[in-house]
Amino acid sequence: MVPTEDNAGRRLEWGRKDLLGLEELSRQEILTILDVAEGFREVSTRSVKKVPALRGKVIVNLFFEASTRTRISFELAGTRLSADVINFTGSSSSTVKGETLNDTARNVEAMGVDIVVLRHPCSGAAYQLSRVLNASIVNAGDGSHEHPTQALLDIFTIRERRGRIEGLKVAIVGDVSHSRVARSNIWGLQKLGAEVYAVGPPTLVPRGLTKLGVRVSHHLDDLLPEIDVFNMLRIQTERQDQGLFPTIREYSRLFGLNSERMRRVKPEALVLHPGPINRGVEITPDVADGPQSVILDQVTNGLAVRMAVLYLVGNRMAAPPVVASSGARE
Amino acid sequence: MKPQRPTRFTLLSGGRIVDPATGRDEVGDLLLERDRIVSLGRIPSPPREDVETLSVDGLVVAPGLIDMHVHLREPGNAEEETIWSGSRAAIAGGVTTMACFPNTEPAVDNDAAAEFVVLQGKRAGLANVYPVGAVTLGREGLRLAEMGGLARAGAVAFSDADRTIRSAEVMRRGLLYAKMFDLPVISHCEDPDLRGVGVMNYGKVALRLGLPGIPDVAEDIVLARDLLLAEITQGRLHVGHMSTRGSVRLLREAKSKGVAVTGEVTPPHFALTEESLLNYDPNFKLVPPLRTAADAEALVEGLRDGVIDVICSGHAPHSLEEKELGLVYAPPGAVGLESLFCVSYTVLSERYGFPLIRVLEKMTIQPAKILKLAGDRGSLEPGKVADIAVFDVSTERSIHASRFQSKSRNTCFEGFRGKGSAVHVFVGGRAVLRNGEFVEASGTPSAP
Repeated sequence: MVPTEDNAGRRLEWGRKDLLGLEELSRQEILTILDVAEGFREVSTRSVKKVPALRGKVIVNLFFEASTRTRISFELAGTRLSADVINFTGSSSSTVKGETLNDTARNVEAMGVDIVVLRHPCSGAAYQLSRVLNASIVNAGDGSHEHPTQALLDIFTIRERRGRIEGLKVAIVGDVSHSRVARSNIWGLQKLGAEVYAVGPPTLVPRGLTKLGVRVSHHLDDLLPEIDVFNMLRIQTERQDQGLFPTIREYSRLFGLNSERMRRVKPEALVLHPGPINRGVEITPDVADGPQSVILDQVTNGLAVRMAVLYLVGNRMAAPPVVASSGARE
Repeated sequence: MKPQRPTRFTLLSGGRIVDPATGRDEVGDLLLERDRIVSLGRIPSPPREDVETLSVDGLVVAPGLIDMHVHLREPGNAEEETIWSGSRAAIAGGVTTMACFPNTEPAVDNDAAAEFVVLQGKRAGLANVYPVGAVTLGREGLRLAEMGGLARAGAVAFSDADRTIRSAEVMRRGLLYAKMFDLPVISHCEDPDLRGVGVMNYGKVALRLGLPGIPDVAEDIVLARDLLLAEITQGRLHVGHMSTRGSVRLLREAKSKGVAVTGEVTPPHFALTEESLLNYDPNFKLVPPLRTAADAEALVEGLRDGVIDVICSGHAPHSLEEKELGLVYAPPGAVGLESLFCVSYTVLSERYGFPLIRVLEKMTIQPAKILKLAGDRGSLEPGKVADIAVFDVSTERSIHASRFQSKSRNTCFEGFRGKGSAVHVFVGGRAVLRNGEFVEASGTPSAP
């Protein structure tokens, strides 16, 4: 009952040990993950919400940064695939002083772990580990670099609602400069043919972002009528403390999505938010809970996407049994 | 072991003698008497008995290199480098004279500390080791250090090393005060606020990797300030490790106005770009950061037209455990003494067509002049101290950190293939490297 073919009957291809980011993935690899996730979504609707796809495998959630929803989502995804899941929560500061990230990870690997799900405040941490460990690394967010499963679940949700990604105009609103969610979304959406806008004040959305192929705008109001998807990033209050914008109040006035602005958007436009929401800041409660919001769908789909990712990296060594016995080799 | 008594005369015969100070580049012989150069040209078989002849056919005979920007970590961080191990690294790279930066623990901001550096250099007994004294006490940028005492103890320049002197007034006083000793102030041009928490060049690569960037104007702004201060004080400013095209332009303008200013660059900054960081390798994390291809090209042009006077290594050893902290937390810097000439020659001569003599000039007579050592060093003229490096510029070799003499391995050039390895090195007329091997009895481990 594990998906090995897409809807058109093509064999799903996956040859990677790790999932570090969407920048390095091909369009086809992204589609593979999304298609496998479609198959797993159905599992959550059964009375017995479990498949034996990763039975006997060990997954450790290695989290060096506070996170509740991402960790729970990964934990549940691993459990539903019948893997043994361990959680390790460390503070990055203690590893700076003493044990290095590499040492922690080597210790974990010495216990026979197959997949490490890593969340770390430093950009590049997942890449660094992938070169040290034989275990598979799934990046659950590294600094301001990438958060691939978040972007995959965003894209999955958009595709589910709109039937396609190609040609859609997606606005990522907020602190794009420091956002790993934004980066992963930019790569993934562009590879699937969307037009991506980065929207926010120039201190958080610098013009240099155009080098990543996105359109930069500092005026949300100008864009409202033409955008198909609004992905509202969580604004960190520490950015105000750093002086990158004057106040949360002014930020909200200029870039918050409220009912007044919603009156000017397309009727079929979607509102996404990676959570947790600062209600009344980047998004008002009525919009967050309104008909165009797909925020809770994102959470549901996140589980399926993470199951797909764990399944694909966890089975990289051996081809899925169904395929191996089918003799359908080219 | 009892040191061998050196023969009175040494004859290096048949090499390509390249002396940028005099413009000489021709095949010939070089005769040393004890610690001095006595003659060069075509020297007929010497009539004396106490002559040791060394055939250097097919090799380049150059003044020993002068590396005016190294960090040998002593006192304070002997696990990364000592003056002894750093001296061995220098000799292995053909460097016979070094200026050691004062960002040690404690800082070299007083005469006793400077004398300690000199003493450790003598104990190592390999290269000529000179201290660079701090401009301000504790390198804190507040009160001037006793520059007079530092100069008397052997300092050849002043610098607060990797800290920009924040206050323009303190920098102005430093430039003025250093004039009394006719020594340069080496400035670290990097606005601390614009640098912020940046770990690499601000630009496309940093945006892709999600790393905080350091904009090029962080360098240009401070350099513009320091050039104006050098102009009004008429002090001697030397610009440390330049990295941006903007700073090349500013230096060119200042020189054309007649400001007494000189500048330096390290091989990684003209040989590599920010793209080297795409693998998050902490060995490419430098201060200032590796910039863009356009910046590297501008630095090469600056070297070509003489706006940039000096090539130095910026040798900054760091332990493996520090670099293992990952790109964000690892301290910046790379070792460079053992790759300085090889990379400079290979990149500048082979890729950009620089004549060898132009490359050597930046590592011999130019730094000698800036550090006021040119009376004795930096040239092969008769009468000068016999600091000599003999290089092989025809055999290509690979650089491997595992073969380094340095205690640290953090190189930007692992696996780099190039020409220009040091074959023989003489310091003060004494052979310390022969056929790439250290001569026994030279260089005893440093005493505590």
